[in-house]
Amino acid sequence: MSPTDDPQTEARPEKNRDSSIMLDRFQFSSNLARRHRLGRIWLVLLRFSTLVGILALTALIASIINDSFGYAAIQYKVDPNSLTAQGTPLSELSCEELIPILEENLSTNRFRQLISEKPLAQWSQEECYETVLAEVAKPKILETWSLVYSLRYKDLLKVYTEQKYPGSELVFKTWLNRDFIDSPQSSDPLLAGIRTAILGSLFVIAIVIVVAFPIGIAAAIYLEEYATPNRINGIIQTNINNLAGVPSIIYGMLGLTFFVRILEPLTSGSVFGYSDPTTANGRTILAAGLTLALLILPVIIINSQEAIRAVPGSLREASYGMGATRWQTVWHHVLPYALPGILTGTILSVSRAFGETAPLVVVGASTFVRFDPDSIFSKFTTIPIQIYQWTARPQDAYKNIAAAAIIVLLLLLLTLNATAIFLRNRFSRRLV
Amino acid sequence: MANEAKTISITSQMTRNQSPGIDLTKRPRLGELLIQAFLFICGAISIFTTIGIVLFLGQEAVHFFQSPEVTLWEFLTGTVWQPQIGYFGILPLLSATIMTTTIAMIVAIPLGLGVAVYLSEYAAPKTRSTLKPILEIIAGIPTVVLGFFALYTMTPFLRSILGKDVVSIYNTGSAGLVMGILILPLISSMVEDALSAVPRSLREAGYAIGATRFEVATQVVLPAAISGVSAALILGISRAVGEAMIVAIAAGAGPALTANPFKPAETITGHIVRISGGDLSYDSIDYNSLFALAMVLFFLTLILNLISQRIIRHFREVYE
Repeated sequence: MSPTDDPQTEARPEKNRDSSIMLDRFQFSSNLARRHRLGRIWLVLLRFSTLVGILALTALIASIINDSFGYAAIQYKVDPNSLTAQGTPLSELSCEELIPILEENLSTNRFRQLISEKPLAQWSQEECYETVLAEVAKPKILETWSLVYSLRYKDLLKVYTEQKYPGSELVFKTWLNRDFIDSPQSSDPLLAGIRTAILGSLFVIAIVIVVAFPIGIAAAIYLEEYATPNRINGIIQTNINNLAGVPSIIYGMLGLTFFVRILEPLTSGSVFGYSDPTTANGRTILAAGLTLALLILPVIIINSQEAIRAVPGSLREASYGMGATRWQTVWHHVLPYALPGILTGTILSVSRAFGETAPLVVVGASTFVRFDPDSIFSKFTTIPIQIYQWTARPQDAYKNIAAAAIIVLLLLLLTLNATAIFLRNRFSRRLV
Repeated sequence: MANEAKTISITSQMTRNQSPGIDLTKRPRLGELLIQAFLFICGAISIFTTIGIVLFLGQEAVHFFQSPEVTLWEFLTGTVWQPQIGYFGILPLLSATIMTTTIAMIVAIPLGLGVAVYLSEYAAPKTRSTLKPILEIIAGIPTVVLGFFALYTMTPFLRSILGKDVVSIYNTGSAGLVMGILILPLISSMVEDALSAVPRSLREAGYAIGATRFEVATQVVLPAAISGVSAALILGISRAVGEAMIVAIAAGAGPALTANPFKPAETITGHIVRISGGDLSYDSIDYNSLFALAMVLFFLTLILNLISQRIIRHFREVYE
């Protein structure tokens, strides 16, 4: 920083002492314009750095939206319109009309496999239509374009696809749509959805809340209300502060050795007589939830401690004065008063757990889960894991569905944080 | 409902206590003791977490060093990390970590300090209360999203400026830049807290001897808050060292010893994520090597965090 080392400003106090006031005033005012100019230049730089932060956020959101809409060149193996005799569009046919098409075009094995997954009688019209489209017409994405590009070079793109991919269709895709949220995972980006991941995330977060919330608050109460300043309590406090700074990936390694390997009978559910052939060696929702709970525990404790510390001491004294015991004081007076702060801090740390990826990759998130999790002993995948896997693939379309998944993730996080603010306002109005 | 019953019992006790000849000596309360014990155990879980980290990670790391293929010396000084052919030298991974961290800090330190000084010394309260939450949003964005941003926005941007031959698709530079953006709000909010804690009287004294606003900010307030500022910077470094997803996505898959920020290289965290994400058999040397890396990472960040805490505790200027 040049101004700090500036010899003129540094030496000024000494000159004050030595030289005459007239000379100093002259020097002072001759300096003044320069100093003010310097101040103005730096202010511009300071404003600029703030602007950079905001620009980065804007660019981030813009690039994600940019990638979740846009044209896609799709090629069908079999033209869907050629499948029907009368030329009526496939989507308007009933299930009875669609199933013969399936039978006709699919191998007997594949058809049997489809039926075994779900009996034909239970199929809805939409499901029939989608199966015909996916299994018979077999659409394939050749290339995709971002939103800005699609809007700017619409006509150019049409010519380009006609020339480069004859027989393909240029479709404007909204990658974030109801089907995307509704459908389970798939190896085909056109059919892939995020339902399993959303459910996985919710399951994992439920465990995190159930485990970390009570333990975290209890630990905070202990440290603030019960702990006398002795050695053990000092160690606990320092330790919690240190744990808050441990990289999340280390918790993943801890989860892998402790929850996945050592506690395998517990986390795979075999202790409870639960045996699921698809469950992979303790790499379950339970193990993931416990790992993340450990991860955010220090943050919850520190936040709750701050909230409890903010409760005025007079409240406690009044309660003790009435003859209440320590726990009665804590339970009836300190906790209700501190609750808004505790809730805000907790929900914010839960939203951190919601977006965590690295520890879950280490613990062993499944790369491919087609079925919804049905218990805490199921294999798991979460939204961030999905995003990571799709981002890691080179094909165009995966980038688009990753962007769509990011929007879902950010919206869910926004909801969580809005809940935090809502709860805080509601409780603080009632209690204070 | 239990609470109500408790309150009633208290009031009935109180009326009873008004009679003469009451016993006011402290009685042991089993319930209270049990509650206290439970609370203590919850507090102590954090200790078990630390013990668990050191014990389990250490155990696997010891297995790693016990195997005939590796020695501690080779591990610390080797320049090749190729587990398939038995080369376990941490330097390529460590150098990439240092590279991304340095780039991140080059971005985050000046910008973070700038934002903090602006918000705390210049901005009107209203501006501050709008800008601060916006910056905090960045800190709350999941890092996998930032990884996506680094790979699909920052890298193409760098490539369009510097040329596709210079910048690889995966490179430490764009990962470091985006990591800097992530750490910026972290540093700025901690530094701003430190600056706000400097008492107003110090600033007034600065103005009184004729200092400009900028001079007060940089020569009075910033030095007065130096302990908080340096603690924030060190925590920022520690966070950058431990950050995993941005580098796992954008920095490249494959350890490489390179000083070129536009070439791919794998950091310690990135390597752990990539290897543990694949098929890995327990008790293989690959698997154990991850724990040795994790131990290095753990102690690296632990030392940084301890320094940061020590600075806050020992060099804190206490103003009344």
